[in-house]
Amino acid sequence: MFREIRPAIVLLLALTAITGIAYPIAMTAIAGTLFPVQAQGSLIEKDGKVIGSALIGQEFRDGKYFHGRPSATLAPDPNDSAKTVPAPYNAGSSGGSNLGPTSKALADRLKQDVDKLRGENPNAAVPVDLVTTSASGLDPNISPDAAQFQVPRVAKARNLSEDRVKQLVSANTEGRLLGLLGEPRVNVLALNLALDRMAAK
Amino acid sequence: MTVIGWLQIILYCAIVVALTKPLGWYMTRVFNGEHTFLSPALRPIEVGIYWIAGVDEKREQHWLTYTVAMLLFHVGGFLVIYGLMRLQAMLPFNPAGQSAVAEDLSFNTAVSFITNTNWQNYGGESTLSYLTQMLGLTHQNFLSAATGIVLAIALIRGFSRASIRTVGNFWVDVTRCTLYVLLPICVVLTLFLVWQGIPQTLGPYVQATTLEGAKQTIAVGPVASQVAIKMLGTNGGGFFNANASHPFENSTALSNFVQMLSIFVLGAALTNVFGRMVGNQRQGWAILAVMGVLFVAGVAACYWAEANGTSTLHALGLTGGNMEGKEVRFGIVASSLFAVITTAASCGAVNAMHDSFTALGGMIPLINMQLGEIIVGGVGAGMYGMLLFVILAIFVAGLMVGRTPEYVGKKIEAHEVKMAMLAILVLPLMILGWTAIGVVYPAAVASMANTGPHGFTEVLYAFSSGTGNNGSAFAGLTGNTFFYNLTLASAMFVGRFFMIVPAMAIAGSLGAKKSIPPSMGTFPTTGGLFIGLVTGLILIMGGLTFFPALALGPIVEHLAMTAGNVF
Repeated sequence: MFREIRPAIVLLLALTAITGIAYPIAMTAIAGTLFPVQAQGSLIEKDGKVIGSALIGQEFRDGKYFHGRPSATLAPDPNDSAKTVPAPYNAGSSGGSNLGPTSKALADRLKQDVDKLRGENPNAAVPVDLVTTSASGLDPNISPDAAQFQVPRVAKARNLSEDRVKQLVSANTEGRLLGLLGEPRVNVLALNLALDRMAAK
Repeated sequence: MTVIGWLQIILYCAIVVALTKPLGWYMTRVFNGEHTFLSPALRPIEVGIYWIAGVDEKREQHWLTYTVAMLLFHVGGFLVIYGLMRLQAMLPFNPAGQSAVAEDLSFNTAVSFITNTNWQNYGGESTLSYLTQMLGLTHQNFLSAATGIVLAIALIRGFSRASIRTVGNFWVDVTRCTLYVLLPICVVLTLFLVWQGIPQTLGPYVQATTLEGAKQTIAVGPVASQVAIKMLGTNGGGFFNANASHPFENSTALSNFVQMLSIFVLGAALTNVFGRMVGNQRQGWAILAVMGVLFVAGVAACYWAEANGTSTLHALGLTGGNMEGKEVRFGIVASSLFAVITTAASCGAVNAMHDSFTALGGMIPLINMQLGEIIVGGVGAGMYGMLLFVILAIFVAGLMVGRTPEYVGKKIEAHEVKMAMLAILVLPLMILGWTAIGVVYPAAVASMANTGPHGFTEVLYAFSSGTGNNGSAFAGLTGNTFFYNLTLASAMFVGRFFMIVPAMAIAGSLGAKKSIPPSMGTFPTTGGLFIGLVTGLILIMGGLTFFPALALGPIVEHLAMTAGNVF
């Protein structure tokens, strides 16, 4: 047994050096050269300032923007560090609501959100992804239905015709990869940036 | 359920099966010590390591020495992780200024990573420094995966060798597995993932000002290199708290598909390695068929339940399935498929929150773990777990005809059956034992996030996941408490090593036996009857053990939900 101690120590150190240091650092260098944008987090800049990441959702409340899905992320309570407070789209602490199918808290939240959305657009069915929280709390996407649902509100807030806004949504809708993998979706931040550009013209 | 959904599932299965044979061929060469196309580059490194370590590649070990070597290796790994977590505040590569991790959480995490569980009581981006992520977690992801694989190889050698008292050399196997199998695939996978948008940087967290003018801190880091091995090694411990649902761990439908493939490929390939080493690849395909039957059944049930939605959603007129806790880019099908894959294998990465699954949809991952994660399973662990069930099935078949059972030329006798039973009994002992305590001990009850039957399921899920070395969670349960940090650590430890030691004892005793040629009375182990027998035995064992617990949790919850009750 004692003759196994030397290989145990040496192999632990050698393989730690290879897999724990050499591998991630070499990958950081190579990936940073080959894919510099992605490696840094696909950041989007506007007027020289970072306004977010193309892959990370952010909170929109203003009626003139398309809104993302509800987010269940939390942040430490500034008044009591042992507690947490809701902080939607906190990209420093991801997570879901973890409410189960028979949760009363979930049923109440859904009802409240559905009622609010019905008031906003009584003519269309409420899309399920617009009232359910995502797994990460940082979902950058909504379904095409959820984007179309918001068209009347956005068009009115911006004094644009609904048709023009609808066209913009369609132009920003991504389909399945090869028509097979994934789900059709709209990137909310990209859509809102396109909306701002259109309004600026 | 949709046609496109099912096409995605079929495509997934087809690619896994297609990769099984070539990868099995390659891995067999690696573990037989033969020349591979990577040898010119890697052989000098390999020889150098042996030279410094004083390892003689030609000297093989008795099963007990092999096991002791493995345990010593893990003691070292434990100390490295524990030390890093306690000292990370004073060490470099800590741009976010993370402070030292508490003792009980460090203990839990260290056990969790050496046992290939990777249970997350820590929230990656809010707890760990880059150094801890790389040197502690990434590195242990490699080593615990390599350990699982080489233990399976040792057991396979027990079947394939005759009258030999040794099972291989642990140090040589671990080194070759890491250098020739895990590392090359991870290098390719990492670059692919970065291309798909997963960050790989040592820079600090990004401060952004959103379109509406709010401040957003975006956590980044050396993510891709860790995600690659976390999937390939069926580890599952996330860089971020939300794991593979976080857009920076799993950015697109394609990255999701490739991550799902990488969970299964090595485990599936090991069935082919088994077939090749015992001299008949059909033996391997028969085992893969058992896994396939159970897998497809699980996918169908979970997909159906999630696509169906919940009574709460129906009452509000919301259609499109249960999207609570799921990401739009994956939708219902890729979320359900991922959940079944990650729990069939002992991966435990999640791309949707299992806690928010429907009662029946969430029961499938639970069952997968309770069956012992032998449906492809964790790399290596799934293979040796499945072989334990095969031994029992062969034993039962032998009892029916009153003949000493044999499998791939080896007589299965009392010693092997006892050891297999001992290993399998660990599951109910740890899962049901700790769950019983967890639902009555007040400090543990306070951890439940949901009330009613769902709260019970959260506790049952935690100990199933820990014992099975899975690492996924019904994450509403507050696991970072003194009670759960310690009890889950014990479940993970016993669930890993109390399976391994009996499995290695079987390897030793089988290897020492003579090989007997098949005769007229030999039960054929490559046909449909064998596949049916093993599948049936797995379901009966699992059903008898866990049905009462499942009835109290997800089944009651489903009935309550259809009756319109909320808690």
